[in-house]
Formats: sequence, structure tokens, C-alpha cells
Amino acid sequence: MIGLEVLYAIAGALFAAIALLSGLDRSNSRRWQNAAFWGLFSACFLFGSHLPDMANGALAIGLVIIGGMGGWRRGEPVTSTIAQRQASAATHRNRLFLCALIIPAVALAGTMLFRHLTFGGLHPVDPKQATLVSLVLGIILSLAVAMPMLRARPTEPLQEGRRLFDQVGWALLLPQMLAALGAVFAAAGVGEAVGALTTAWLPEGSRLAAVVTYTLGMALFTMIMGNAFAAFPVMTAGVGLPLIVLKFGGDPAIMCAIGMLSGFCGTLMTPMAANFNLVPAALLELKDKNGVIKAQVPTALILLFANTVLMYVLVFHRF
Amino acid sequence: MLTLLGIAVVVVGFVARINPLLVVVAAALVTGLAAGMGPLEVVALFGKAFKENRYVSLLWLVLPAIGLLERYGLQERAKALIGGLQAATTGRILLLYFAIRQITSALGLTSLGGHPQMVRPLVAPMAEAAAETHGLTDDDTRQKVRAMSAATDNIGLFFGEDIFIAIGSILLMVGFLQQNGIVVEPLHLSVWAIPTAIVAFIVHGTRLVLFDRKLKSGAAR
Repeated sequence: MIGLEVLYAIAGALFAAIALLSGLDRSNSRRWQNAAFWGLFSACFLFGSHLPDMANGALAIGLVIIGGMGGWRRGEPVTSTIAQRQASAATHRNRLFLCALIIPAVALAGTMLFRHLTFGGLHPVDPKQATLVSLVLGIILSLAVAMPMLRARPTEPLQEGRRLFDQVGWALLLPQMLAALGAVFAAAGVGEAVGALTTAWLPEGSRLAAVVTYTLGMALFTMIMGNAFAAFPVMTAGVGLPLIVLKFGGDPAIMCAIGMLSGFCGTLMTPMAANFNLVPAALLELKDKNGVIKAQVPTALILLFANTVLMYVLVFHRF
Repeated sequence: MLTLLGIAVVVVGFVARINPLLVVVAAALVTGLAAGMGPLEVVALFGKAFKENRYVSLLWLVLPAIGLLERYGLQERAKALIGGLQAATTGRILLLYFAIRQITSALGLTSLGGHPQMVRPLVAPMAEAAAETHGLTDDDTRQKVRAMSAATDNIGLFFGEDIFIAIGSILLMVGFLQQNGIVVEPLHLSVWAIPTAIVAFIVHGTRLVLFDRKLKSGAAR
């Protein structure tokens, strides 16, 4: 069965190649640090499943030390010039889009297909990982179409990948690191502590106060945790269910639906949601790392207000 | 309550603009120690969680394919398609993408968008090309257009996906309510995501329509 382990092996091989190319890059004065960084990341993928937890922890800390202390320098592999790119764009025209769109198209089709595909009762692809397997399949198919069409050398995708990986830099690790921090928070009972704190401050009395506490609490707690999924159970068990549903007779479905969306407003406003906010800033080469957040804050605040009004108006009606 | 110290580390770290990787590891250490774990125990716990969340980083595998297409002019082709069209303004292009992103997300097709696959190679270059057609070529404008392109992808995704009944957040809500003895159909939850989705479309759509004017006045200053 093709599942996560196969994908991790592919990722491990790719980052091993990136490490090798980084080490060979004489134009980079810190090439060994770059090679070590990508090498450690590759080791996480290749050996992580078989290493003891302590060794994985050491790998993670090694990555943080190299990536976080400014030990590495962005590698700049030679790429095409703007003039070459414009000429190539004029030659290949919309076939370039086709190659790019193969990735989401295969990801979608594969997700639907692999969930149900069985041979003699066995799943050839792990149905729980259908989306990720399909995404990687889409990437491979896109390369398989694009490379002969563009007459690209085999090292070109690797060097271009290295260019982009180095450009994103440490931000590339952040989503995975934050997910690990979330697990430490969960094990240490941070959610319960915040829940207890909120309950202690809980305003008595009005419906409006209960709704405002819940929607604002969802947004704020999501900003802290970087993830509405982590905030939802704590805030809903601590504030939503006891007050809005039990005390005031609100509709649990409406409360949950709008409560989660209030959390999403928080996601738009926090650097802790790295994959949505900091990573695109790095990918788009923004000078201001918080530029994406700043563009989102007006929409997020208006929607948070709208969610609070919507919940207050809708949740106490019986539809 | 001591376990909340980790949150304080996160807030202080981000405000003081310390490298986020260092902040995250420091916060994990402080939280674990405050909860009574030994230092090595925290490292092992963090390592285990880091390993189990490797799937989060698999999205990066897309970059070699995108980088290769960029080398052969993908961004330039996206710009050429839009450049010169007077009707194509930055705001209108982003509005169109916003509508597509929100509707496809509502149908469960969330993987059609995304920052590495769509925004960097296609959406942002098109939005930039439209700004250039209208004479906005300064770097400040470019930065604003890029940031708004990424923001539009996020907002379209967030306020579309919850209308789809089989998305992770809906399943989380159904499971949570079930644990608390309340049985709710996924459809009943996703229906109540629609009012916010409509407001989101109006609010962000209006901002995008006004964005052209804002860019023009920003460049004039």
C-alpha cells in the first residue's frame, strides 16, 4: 500500500539531493551550513520513523540551531535570465499553464479515485492519505510532461527547487515546528488552563456577553495557538456549550459553525499560522514578513464583527 | 497556570522579532518544564511530534516542478496573457480569483489553489502585470499587490471550505458535539457557514474593488 512512508522516502531523497547540490555550490560562502541544514531535514524524512524520539528531537533542534541562528546563507543557483524566460514563454505559451495545472488536476482526481479504489479488497493507496499521495503523483506527472517538452536537463528541477527552498529558508520548517509545539501544548494541558482562565472570567447574565465572549475568545485563542482546530474544543466546552447552549438555549449547530469561522478570522491575523501568513510572504519575496497579515486584518476584523452579529441574531432562534 | 508561560514566550518572541524557529523551541521547552517534565522528556516529546507532523512539509515537494516551469517562463507567460488588457485591473483579477477560490472550496476542491502552486506562479504575476498596464510599476505597489494576492487566496479558502460537508473542520465539530451528547448532521453545520461566506464575499470583494483606487492614490503620493 502506498502511504506516507513512500512519500517520506521521496521527500528524503529530494532533500538529500538539495543538500548535495548545496555542498557543491562554491559560490556560497556558507555552503556547508546549507548542506547540513538540508541534510538534517532529509534525515528526518528518511530515518525519522525508525529513530527513537530523542534522536528526532535532536534533529529538530539541530535544524533550529542552523536555521534560526543565521548560520546559513541563501544559495543562488544560476537560473535563466528574464530575456530567456520571455523568449521561452513566447515559444511554449499556454503549454506552460497546462504543465502547472496538471498538479492540482491530478491531486483532485486522485483524491476522489484513491479513496474508493480497491483490488481484491485491498487499497493500493492508503485512503486516509489519498490527497497527499495524489499531490505527489501530480508533481511527478507534471515533471514527466514538462521535462521532455522543455528539453530540460535532469538537474534543472533540483537546482530550481533549491533556488526556491533557499528563498523560503527557515519559514519552510515553521508549519511543522508549530504543529509539534501544538502537541507539546496539548500534552502539557495548555488548552485546559486557558479554558479554566476564560471560565473564571466568564461574564454572567446577558446573551450578548456570552456570544461576544465566545466569538472573540475563538479568535484570540486561535491567534495564540495558530490554529482554530486547537481553539475550538477548548472554547466550545468552556464557554459555548455551558452558556450559549445550556443556559440560554442556543442552537449548537449554528453556534459551532459560526464559532469556527470566528476562529478563522483569528487565523488571518497571527504569525503563528505560518503556512497561511509567513510562508506566502517568503514565497512572494515580501520585504515585510507580516505583509500578508496586514493585508488581511481589515477583512478579518469586519468578519469577526459580522460573525458576532450573525451568531447573536441566529443562534437563539429555532429554525 | 504555569503552563501558560509558553504562550507568553511565543507572544514576547514574535513581538521582539526573534527568529520564530527559536521562539517555537523555547516555548516548547518552557511549557514542558512548567508542566513538570524533565528537559530530555520535553526534547523527546517535541521530537516525536515533529516526526509525526512531517506530512505538513510534504507540500514543499511542489517547488522543484514550479521552479522548473518558472525557469522556462511560466510567470512571464502569465504576465503576457494579462499585460496590455485595459479591462484587466489588479482588483478585478483578484476578485475573479477570489470568486473561483471560494466557490471551488465550497465544493470541496480546496487543492485547486494554494500559495506555492497558484499564487506565486500565476495569480500574483497576473495581478502585477495588470498594475503595470495601468502605469503602476513602483516596488511599493508590487509589494502590496503580492500581499493582497496571498490574502485573497486565504480568505477565499477559509470562508468557502466550511460549506463543504466533508471538510476537516466540519468533521471535528460533528465529533466534538457527539462526545458531548449532541447529534448534528454535517449538512446542518455546513449550511450555517453560508451567511458568513456571503458576508466574506461582499466585504473582501468590496476591498478588492477599492484596491485599484488605493493603489493609484498610493502611487501618486
